[in-house]
Amino acid sequence: MKKARTMKLSLPIEEYMNPGHLACQGCGATLAMRYVLKALGQKTVLCIPACCWSVIDGPFPYSCLDVPIFHCAFETAAASASGVKAGLEMVGDKETTVVAWAGDGGTFDIGIQALSGAAERNDNIIYVCYDNEAYMNTGIQRSSATPYGAWTTTTPVKHFKDQPKKDIVAIMAAHRIPYLATASVAYPEDLFRKMKKAKEIKGTRFFHIFAPCPTGWRSRPEDTIKLARLAVQTCYFPLFEVEWGEKYTINIKPKEKKPVVDYLRLQGRFSHLTEKEIELIQAGIDRQWHRLLRLASEREKLSVGGE
Amino acid sequence: MKNKKRKAEKIIFNSEKDMPITPMSLGSMAFNLTGSWRNIRPLIDLNNCLQCGICWKFCPDAAIVIENEFPVIDYDYCKGCGLCAEECPAKCITMEEEVK
Repeated sequence: MKKARTMKLSLPIEEYMNPGHLACQGCGATLAMRYVLKALGQKTVLCIPACCWSVIDGPFPYSCLDVPIFHCAFETAAASASGVKAGLEMVGDKETTVVAWAGDGGTFDIGIQALSGAAERNDNIIYVCYDNEAYMNTGIQRSSATPYGAWTTTTPVKHFKDQPKKDIVAIMAAHRIPYLATASVAYPEDLFRKMKKAKEIKGTRFFHIFAPCPTGWRSRPEDTIKLARLAVQTCYFPLFEVEWGEKYTINIKPKEKKPVVDYLRLQGRFSHLTEKEIELIQAGIDRQWHRLLRLASEREKLSVGGE
Repeated sequence: MKNKKRKAEKIIFNSEKDMPITPMSLGSMAFNLTGSWRNIRPLIDLNNCLQCGICWKFCPDAAIVIENEFPVIDYDYCKGCGLCAEECPAKCITMEEEVK
C-alpha cells in the first residue's frame, strides 16, 4: 500500500442492507435496494409483495435489512403501503417513509389496480418498481414488462414474445402524481439524488428502476452494470423524471446514441433475433426516444414562453 | 466487521411456545456465509488502487468494506460475481480460480 489519501465516496457509507442475503451473483435488484435505503435512511418501512426481494431477504425468522419489512400478498403492495402509512399517521408518526417495493410482475400485471388506486387517492407513499423484465424468482416466466423479442420459459425461441413492453411510466404519468422517475443501477448517484428529492415530496411517488438479472437474461454476472449502462446509452431505458404528469426532464442524454444491437448481443435471451427483428426493436426505441424528447422540449418551450 | 450489526447466529425454537406470536424477523442473515457460493475469487492489487470507491459502490453483496481508506473484500460473503473486477477503472482487481 502507498498513499493514505482520504477516499471520496459518492454515496453515504451507512449500510442498511447486510451481506448474507440470498440473491444470485451479480443481482441488480440488491443494488437498487442498497442505493434506495442509503437515500431514505433508517426511518423507512418497506412493503414487499411476492417478488425476488421477498426471497432475497431470507426466511423467517431472519432478515438481511436493517429496516422493518411487511411481507404482503402479491397484488397488494400499494394498498398495504397506504394502510401502513395511515396507521403510522394515526399514532402520530409523520416522519417515517413508507415504501412499496415490488418487482415488475407485482407492478405491471398483478398489482396495477392497487397501484392505480393508491395513485388516484394520492396516498403519501413511495412506490418502487424494480424491473428485471420477467417473473424471475418463479422461473423466468413472461410478464408484461418483458420486451419484444425476448426469450423466457413461457415464450420459447420459436414463439418469442411479439408484444412490446407495457409503458408503465406513461400510465403513471396519466395519473398526474406529484413525482415520477426512472432510474438505473448503473447511475447510483442519479438514483440517490432522485430518491432524496422524492423523500421531501408529499403524495404518491413512483420509481421505475432498471435492474438487470443475469440469471433470467442469460448474461454474465459481471455484465450487470455494463448492461444497465448500455440500456441508458442506447436510449432503451432513458433516465428522466416527471412532475405532476407534465413536467418532463431528461436527466441523462447520451452524447452519442449507441445502436441497440450492442445491448442485445450481451444477452442470451436475445441471441435468436435476426437482423430484421433487431431493426424493428431499433425503430421502436427511436420512436419512444423522439416522443420523450418532444415531451421534454415542449415543457422547455412552455417555461420560456409562458412564465 | 462493522457490517455485522445484529447477532450472526442461527435462531432455534425448541417448542411452539418459543415462537413470537406475530411472525417477525428476530435475527440477521449474517450467519449465512455466502462466500461458499464462490467459484472465482477477486484479489485487489492495492498498489494500483485509485481509491475511487467504485468497487465498493457496485458490490451487490455489500461485501466490500472501506478500511483505512482502502477497499477490503469480505471473503465470508463475496459470491464471486466479478462486477468489481469488470468495473474497476484501474483494472487492479483480478479474478482467480478458487482452490477448494
